[in-house]
Amino acid sequence: MHELAIMERVLKTVLIHGENNQAAKIVAINLRVGELSDLLDEWMQRYFDYLSKDTAAQGAVLKIERTPIVCSCTSCNHSFTVSKDQLMRSCPRCGGDKLALAAGREFYIKDIEVM
Amino acid sequence: MTEIKLIEIREEILKDNLIQADDIRARLKGKKIFLLNLMSSPGSGKTSLILKTISALGSAFRIAVIEGDIESVVDAERVAKTGTPAVQLRTGGACHLDAPMIDSALNKLPLDDLDLVIIENVGNLVCPAEFDTGAMASGVILSIPEGDDKPLKYPLIFTTCQIVIINKMDYLEGSDFDLDAFRQRVRRLNPQIRIIEVSCKTGSGLESWTSWLRDTIEAEFR
Repeated sequence: MHELAIMERVLKTVLIHGENNQAAKIVAINLRVGELSDLLDEWMQRYFDYLSKDTAAQGAVLKIERTPIVCSCTSCNHSFTVSKDQLMRSCPRCGGDKLALAAGREFYIKDIEVM
Repeated sequence: MTEIKLIEIREEILKDNLIQADDIRARLKGKKIFLLNLMSSPGSGKTSLILKTISALGSAFRIAVIEGDIESVVDAERVAKTGTPAVQLRTGGACHLDAPMIDSALNKLPLDDLDLVIIENVGNLVCPAEFDTGAMASGVILSIPEGDDKPLKYPLIFTTCQIVIINKMDYLEGSDFDLDAFRQRVRRLNPQIRIIEVSCKTGSGLESWTSWLRDTIEAEFR
């Protein structure tokens, strides 16, 4: 649902970088999005298309790489990846159940492809 | 053929929001004002819990409320009736409150005369969890009729809160809500989280909520 707010920020950021590099057109945006984020690829692209109309980023393709959810054990410091439906079970190394979320919520713009 | 060039950006898109949220926390801490963020689905009892909190703690703390609502001002009017300063943020369709919105709301409040500001976030278990509001503590309210499977469907919100308030306990009898299963699901996501049971209607359990809030505020400014 909040794809719109996020895509507004993505557009603002890529337009600034495009302009600073004298790019005529932004053709692709490489993003890294955590698995735990509820953002859907299809809606991100749809909102981006809507917002970017008549800008240098019109028609840009979002290339979205999903990054895994990483938990770390507060007892033995072991870090491990988990799937969304197996979140925070227990530490596979020491069996401890005091886990912290180390990664999986990020929304990162890696780079843009421009002409 | 035009050549395609790669420009590195390396920017976390929620960074601006996080920076502003940290600024809000630092500013309010300097003024000894506690900012509490309450989130839940629509109809779980956010406004009711806030009204109960005002009546229980209103003599100990000077309280104000920031209301996030998509279009209406109904909740702000209910709060304002108690004489508590309330700012309504009409989000105009946005599904969450973020740090810039909270910052602008704080600027409309008499901060020199306040000890506690409560944010009633937009009724939604998904989006508000993604945006740091600058609050010092966040709570999620889950009411019995919503069912015990919410931690499975909306894990993120349970990992970002310090307390879960199970509301409408008066509906437990006759429902198939499994309290033990719910507690287990929440603790699996967040072992440190506090879980309390209340009924805003009957008043049961509200003491454990207000004493948690009082202790948390005291611990923050000790």
